[in-house]
Amino acid sequence: MTEELTSDLKLDLKGLMCPLPVVKMAQAIKKVEIGQVIEAEATDLGVLADILAWSKSTGNEMVKTAKEGKVIRFWVKRLK
Amino acid sequence: MDGEKQKKCTLVVCSGDMDKVFAAFAIATGAAAMGYEVVMFFTFWGLKSIQKGGPTGRGLFGRMLSLVNRGGISRIGPSRLNMGGMGRWMFKKMMKNKGVASLPELRQTAIDLGVRMIACQMSMDVMEIRREDLIPEISDCVGAAYMVQEAGESETNLYI
Repeated sequence: MTEELTSDLKLDLKGLMCPLPVVKMAQAIKKVEIGQVIEAEATDLGVLADILAWSKSTGNEMVKTAKEGKVIRFWVKRLK
Repeated sequence: MDGEKQKKCTLVVCSGDMDKVFAAFAIATGAAAMGYEVVMFFTFWGLKSIQKGGPTGRGLFGRMLSLVNRGGISRIGPSRLNMGGMGRWMFKKMMKNKGVASLPELRQTAIDLGVRMIACQMSMDVMEIRREDLIPEISDCVGAAYMVQEAGESETNLYI
């Protein structure tokens, strides 16, 4: 059931805490084209809530999330 | 690019405590990362976090103030448990261990993201802090009316 999502840019946010994950994501989203996907890994427990709010505010979309032990993985698609 | 007006967020930073200034910069940076236009208005003790850190003051009181209350973002301590600077050192260590950005780094990130930082002319005059005593990234020294106008245009106005 889970399809592997291909990503166009990988972002390592492990070890970074608020507000750095959203800051780095804001910088990274400019590096991909509209329609492309950024795959990120983070350890900040609040990161999903933050990135979700950031996505809503900037008009992008968090398409998938996964938790592997202490690492939280999520994929963000650039829509604008 | 898009027809929507850019959202705005304004913050009044009146505190010179590390915890409160940290919250201010974290929120400002987060908002800027989300595409908001962000304005931070520094008044009274908030001026400490945008001072270069050198001596200030011309008159007796101004210089006395400068001696006991040296400005500069690396010098500010937590609002409680500063314990003569020990608490500040401990908090800095705890934050570093957890991968949290330091205050100077966070302020620089805010600057890099285009957060507009303005200072309160009145409290600068009272505390005898001149424009040259502040970091160069401060774009203006203004008064209450200017701040209220900025706040009136913003969706979110925070007082820290």
